[in-house]
Amino acid sequence: MNETELVCIICPASCTLKVSTVGGEVKVEGASCSRGVEYARREAVNPVRHVMTVVKVKNGDLPTVSVITSRPVPKKCVSEVMKSTAELEVEAPVELGQVILDNVCGASLVATRRVKRLV
Amino acid sequence: MKIVVIGAGIVGVSIARVLSMYDGLDVTVIEKQADVGWGASKANTSIIHPGHEENPREHPLRSKLCVEGNRMWRTWVKELDIPARWPGELMVFTSSEEEREARRYVELAKLNGVTGVRVVYDRELRNLEPWVNPAATGAVYAPTAGTISPFEAVIAIAENAVENGVKLLTETEARRIIVKGGVVEGVETNRGFVEADVVVNAAGIHADEVSHSAGVEEEFRIRPRKGEYLIYDEDASVKPARILHTVPTPLTKGVYALTTVHGNLLVGPTAEDLPYEAKEDVSTTDKGLKLLSREASKLLKELPPKSKVVRTFAGLRPEPPKGQWLIRAYTDPWGFLNVAGIRSPGFTAAPAIASYVVQLIAETYDIQLRRREKWNPYRVGPTRVNGVGLDAVDSIIRKNPDYGEILCYCRMVSKAEVLEAVERMKTIGVKPTLDGVKFRVYAGLGKCQGSFCRWRVAAVLSQATGVPLYKVAVGAEPYAFGDVKVLLKGDPSASEGV
Amino acid sequence: MKECEVVVLGGGPAGMAAAARAAGLGLNALLLDNRETLGGIPLQCVHPGFGVHYFGEDLTGTLFAYRLMEKVEKSGVETLLKAHVHSIEVEAYDEKLVNVITREGVLRLRTKAIIYATGARERTLFELGVPGGRPAGVFTAGEAQLLMDLYGVLPGKEIVIVGSGDVGLIMARRFALENAKVKAVVEIMPWPGGLMRNVVQCLMDFNIPLLLNHAVVGVVGRRRVEKVVVAKVDEELKPIEGTEFEIPCDTVVVAAGLRPNVDLLEKIGCSIDQATGGPIVNDLLETTIPGVFAAGNALVINDLVDYAAEQGERAAEGAKLFVENGGLQTTDWIPVSRGRNVRLAVPHYMCTERDATIYARVLRPEKNVFVEIPELQVRKYVAAVRPAEMLRLKLTREQLKQADGCDKITLTVVPRE
Repeated sequence: MNETELVCIICPASCTLKVSTVGGEVKVEGASCSRGVEYARREAVNPVRHVMTVVKVKNGDLPTVSVITSRPVPKKCVSEVMKSTAELEVEAPVELGQVILDNVCGASLVATRRVKRLV
Repeated sequence: MKIVVIGAGIVGVSIARVLSMYDGLDVTVIEKQADVGWGASKANTSIIHPGHEENPREHPLRSKLCVEGNRMWRTWVKELDIPARWPGELMVFTSSEEEREARRYVELAKLNGVTGVRVVYDRELRNLEPWVNPAATGAVYAPTAGTISPFEAVIAIAENAVENGVKLLTETEARRIIVKGGVVEGVETNRGFVEADVVVNAAGIHADEVSHSAGVEEEFRIRPRKGEYLIYDEDASVKPARILHTVPTPLTKGVYALTTVHGNLLVGPTAEDLPYEAKEDVSTTDKGLKLLSREASKLLKELPPKSKVVRTFAGLRPEPPKGQWLIRAYTDPWGFLNVAGIRSPGFTAAPAIASYVVQLIAETYDIQLRRREKWNPYRVGPTRVNGVGLDAVDSIIRKNPDYGEILCYCRMVSKAEVLEAVERMKTIGVKPTLDGVKFRVYAGLGKCQGSFCRWRVAAVLSQATGVPLYKVAVGAEPYAFGDVKVLLKGDPSASEGV
Repeated sequence: MKECEVVVLGGGPAGMAAAARAAGLGLNALLLDNRETLGGIPLQCVHPGFGVHYFGEDLTGTLFAYRLMEKVEKSGVETLLKAHVHSIEVEAYDEKLVNVITREGVLRLRTKAIIYATGARERTLFELGVPGGRPAGVFTAGEAQLLMDLYGVLPGKEIVIVGSGDVGLIMARRFALENAKVKAVVEIMPWPGGLMRNVVQCLMDFNIPLLLNHAVVGVVGRRRVEKVVVAKVDEELKPIEGTEFEIPCDTVVVAAGLRPNVDLLEKIGCSIDQATGGPIVNDLLETTIPGVFAAGNALVINDLVDYAAEQGERAAEGAKLFVENGGLQTTDWIPVSRGRNVRLAVPHYMCTERDATIYARVLRPEKNVFVEIPELQVRKYVAAVRPAEMLRLKLTREQLKQADGCDKITLTVVPRE
């Protein structure tokens, strides 16, 4: 049996949720609404997160571009996504929505800022 | 004749300026910090004392030079375009015991020849100072007291000295005075040997160490005395017209409250004797800051709310044994002078100390002083956007659009001013740092304390000096750690800054 | 001298929303900002959580800013960048001069109305009264964010965050993601200063300790920060002697909350609410100087950017009424009074002529409560209230009408029992 405690972030009530997994079954205690139960299940079975960071830009009006994962990635993959940005550098200009890095942990890194090219 | 002055504090640069008036002197000032005036000269009460608090029986030279210094500053601030005001000082008493104590200073004023010092009561007191605490029964009024921008004073004097041929070597620390056969040969520094016929030790809090290295005054030790201060925002409504001062007691030297030349209420100092080795401890303390609020509320009708404190700071004053300044020229080693232990009122006396020391050099080492014909007494301060009329702002922008680009919102400081500061620093041989720029242009001295403008000023410095943004120096340290990805790359050596 | 009907000061979310709306309402508007681009602070926010209410979409700060910029562009409103407002002069109740410094010279604008949307500034260590030294390595959270996420500069590698405001929590995660070590987040209150979602996803996800009921009582370092001294605090938030301990670090990030930027409002004599730090306003967000409106964080510190934008639009509607009618014609203003467990409430005055929105914050967390205005017979159940999260209560004209004849209305939070 695997038991964890989490704080619900669905609403300001911030219920403390006890989640236990017995076999394949997930049990949630402490939630005061069904949305909380659903949240706890997601967190227990496959917690996912968006990763947002910056990537270096060459010849831009700013030295970085902000990026976000195109979809949330499994929580355990967050550091892998970050590592992939360590040596990454793109050439300006960068447009909104431009894919900066494809296929990292099942997602891609997408630009969320415009960077103009400096001549 | 080569003269080296150790220390670019107010005393050192003043001596250099006076020396620069004479022909045939090759003057070099060496300073261990990156900029001038970063020791006691930067963090003090910013007062030009009248001289009525000096006891001429105990400290005859100190008393004389303080009174003379007050007089000389009036010329110096005009020649050098240093922000200063002369509002006079009120030593406020609230009881008959305090009054008795305060009246002693009227007597001292007479002995020192300080004119105009008298006791004022009731209506006259409140006319002189509407912000005075209603509990005050009277005050000793000394009309000749002034307030000055202390860091700008040091900068202005240094600029003028350099203009007149003085060399300034920053980040140059005196390690040892080299003496051969009883004669000074020069100074050994972290950057090599600097040759000198005469060495003037004006090393502030470290002057005892320098003196020992020259083999004189081995008993002489300087103790750091910490003074803490509170500065309120310029928009706080409490703005005393005069310099207010509590009556000194055997336990405290008294706390001042005054409106600085930049329009901020300043309260301080505390006086805490630190151990001899604590010569770097400029931290503020909860106890000290509370004491200041308490003392200031004795002086003032009201104190601004705590949230209006924009900055707290502490400075270390060099406290010599028995408070005695050590100003002496030695014949063994020939060519060495101490101008050491210059505690309060050292800032006030600095111009007079400088003249006195230069005469002392001439007499002791038999040097004929000849005034240079081409000596320039004037220095023009920087152009500022803040505080001038809109039409004037418009016309300077039309000459240089960088004046129209405001970097610091609180103090309204433009890019052009920052660039001018950088040029001025380079001219006197000072490496541009964020702190150096801050004290020259006031960017970051306002309400937000730089959270809006520090990066912008850093970006201008980075561009002007070709140093990466993170490596721009704050004081002695770089602004930030390194490139954003440096830790992810797992190679800490890639960040050279730290 | 340039003439306009409304000048909007500040090109962040509130200002952009205000300018676009003002233009949409047919006003001759001008939008000013200090920086070289519109967008304001969200342009340095790379995380999502923006726009859920305003655009019905969860956007990053940057994308939220671009959306609003598009709106401004479409509205055709004139924009002036790199423009610093030197001063405001109130010539008459419907005539103000705005003096602006630009690279081209001093520009003087004559306008009927002003929308003040200049955002907030961060509280500093000095304001918090933290003693000690001030070596290199002390940053506000916003400065750290700007350095890292716009300029690609890492402020430090071992971090202590003072205060648990949202920007600090967001920065804790950003530091952790870039492999810096966040040693602790130190919060003087018994509860976090930021949203719970941020506590969970920015701190708990990265095992960053949140020290509630603790204060930084000293910053130590000769040249660069070397450590901070932390102590537990008692119920009066005073450090308890003997509980001090040290946390070695090279960087201190201050995230102890924001204060509305009201410098110019104070200079022209607007009344300021001590509770919000912003101006006192009526339901159209007009300050005590007729025709000067305020919106966004310059009015009250918002937890969501959506509310700032919403306030911008409201202020624009106010400006429209002001310009059209030669001033707001309302004469019966009903003060909003703060009842039980209400720390602040904006606006400060209501009228019965139109719908309105109240923004409020509580003093302390509480579960299972009603937020109510007894005079209007308005009562809303809320599962929980927290100081970090704003309460937003929309009131209809019909509801407000019930206040006719009342000398005040009271916003109050009461237990459900």
